[in-house]
Amino acid sequence: MIWLPDSTVEHLTAVAGWPEFASDRYDVIEEIGRGGMGTVYSAFDTALGREVAIKIGNALPSTELQARLTREARVIARLEHPGIVPVHDFGVLADGRPFYVMKRLQGQTLRAFIETAAPPLAERLRIFERICEAVSFAHAHAIIHRDLKPENVMVGTFGEVMVMDWGIARTFDDRSDPGLAGTGDTASRPVIETNAGTVLGTPGFMAPEQSASAGQIDQRADVYALGALMFMLLTNHAPPHDSGQAIPDLDRTPTIPPPLKSICRCALSTSPSDRYHSVASLAADVARFRERQAVSVHAEGPLERTVRFIRTYQTPILLVLAYIVMRALIAIFAAG
Amino acid sequence: MPVFPPTRHSVIERLRTHGEAGRSEAFGDLVAGYWKPVYKYLRVRWRLGREEAEDATQALFAEAFENAWFDRFDPDKARFRTFVRLCVDRLVMNSQQAASRIRRGGGQQVLSIDFAGAEEELLARTHGLPEAEDFFKREFVRALFDRAVRALRKDCLTRGREVHWQLFERYDLRADERPSYAELAAEFELTPGQVTGYLAQARRAFRMHTIAELKALCGNADEFRRESRDLLGLEIE
Repeated sequence: MIWLPDSTVEHLTAVAGWPEFASDRYDVIEEIGRGGMGTVYSAFDTALGREVAIKIGNALPSTELQARLTREARVIARLEHPGIVPVHDFGVLADGRPFYVMKRLQGQTLRAFIETAAPPLAERLRIFERICEAVSFAHAHAIIHRDLKPENVMVGTFGEVMVMDWGIARTFDDRSDPGLAGTGDTASRPVIETNAGTVLGTPGFMAPEQSASAGQIDQRADVYALGALMFMLLTNHAPPHDSGQAIPDLDRTPTIPPPLKSICRCALSTSPSDRYHSVASLAADVARFRERQAVSVHAEGPLERTVRFIRTYQTPILLVLAYIVMRALIAIFAAG
Repeated sequence: MPVFPPTRHSVIERLRTHGEAGRSEAFGDLVAGYWKPVYKYLRVRWRLGREEAEDATQALFAEAFENAWFDRFDPDKARFRTFVRLCVDRLVMNSQQAASRIRRGGGQQVLSIDFAGAEEELLARTHGLPEAEDFFKREFVRALFDRAVRALRKDCLTRGREVHWQLFERYDLRADERPSYAELAAEFELTPGQVTGYLAQARRAFRMHTIAELKALCGNADEFRRESRDLLGLEIE
């Protein structure tokens, strides 16, 4: 007798629902993620002898979801960047669901990485800059991610950083590819209009203007989300859903260097016009902080400036001091 | 290479359109697919004793056969599995109202059913008491998979694919923590790629058997599509 306990029935239910490909090229290994739009499976590519990840539109018959998955594949295919997971293949299952095949990443989500690895500040800033590079690259190709959050960033086993899940990404330039375009007449201006009544994004990481159902957004919405990611990298917890609450939380954490607080505060500004105008300028400020230079959005006091100067030039300052002490000692001995 | 199970027609269609011999065969298939959910439903939802549940299960199918209950099923009104559950409810309520126990045998058709096995499965249940429809649905799915797994094993063993079956059994039928593919590869002296391939073939065959079994137990093609979507998350045209 074959006894099937509840856990086995659940597993077999999942197995029975696994996708059936037209060819034998991909052997599904297991389900590795499930979202509102699609399910991601790890699979073995028998043609190339390697493991891949396959994202497949959810079974519910929704042309909107299917169109979104197709759009996501096309967005990623356009963005060839080391920080964006590459697409290898695209197809449609027998039941009409689209799927795309991408690189299988071994690693953790940013949230899990922060919780388990507890990385030092320098490593957190390196990761943040890699995220900025990928997002900035997308912006250069007129694409806004719109759902940046710790679950959509993977930190690989070898330290590689990948921005994932471009499912609700939109272009802000219809001329680049009509197939990727958002709704509305957006060709002449860098603004995205969401479908009326539809709010896409994640609370806490979503810019206030994105939360408004009829809101128009541009790349500064991603700047806000990056500010939220930075908040999490600095505080170990996600920003509050109420965007106005993030800044007081930040100010209450004394261990965060003031320039980083200023960078985060600027990126998390409620008004888009008060934020960094581009991800590149945000990343540049982080790089300046890392290199102990003045950041553009932080007004330093005299003491702060002096301390930074000493830290920046501590080796030459120590050499000069050593030289002065040595000359003084020589003078004292010579006089004696 | 995948296994292709024979095309199965709905038991309801077979009950209605085939001759006496075909009708008996179709009814046998229907009983094989539904007796276990019915029995467990009677034990758990109606709190019948073991003997009472056995009697009631026998009585349900015997009366259904004699009085052609299932022939009256209207697919536009409900799913067939819901119809069967309602038949069970009606039978128990009628028998309780009459305050008479259903006698074993008594000229009724006695069916060959493994009640002891179903009883062992009931004892292994660890969850609380679910809603009637949910319970019947879950037990229906369990019985469906049970039949599909049996068909898969038979296929694998008759086609000389013992390794496929053993891998499937070791990995997919496991209740507790599953071994990794690398561990299976080491155990069966295969490469991880071979393990992936063999398991993929076995799962394809399992999927096909499951679909064939489900198709046979649904009232019509439309219900089959709905059940495929609801129970398995499959969109079948």
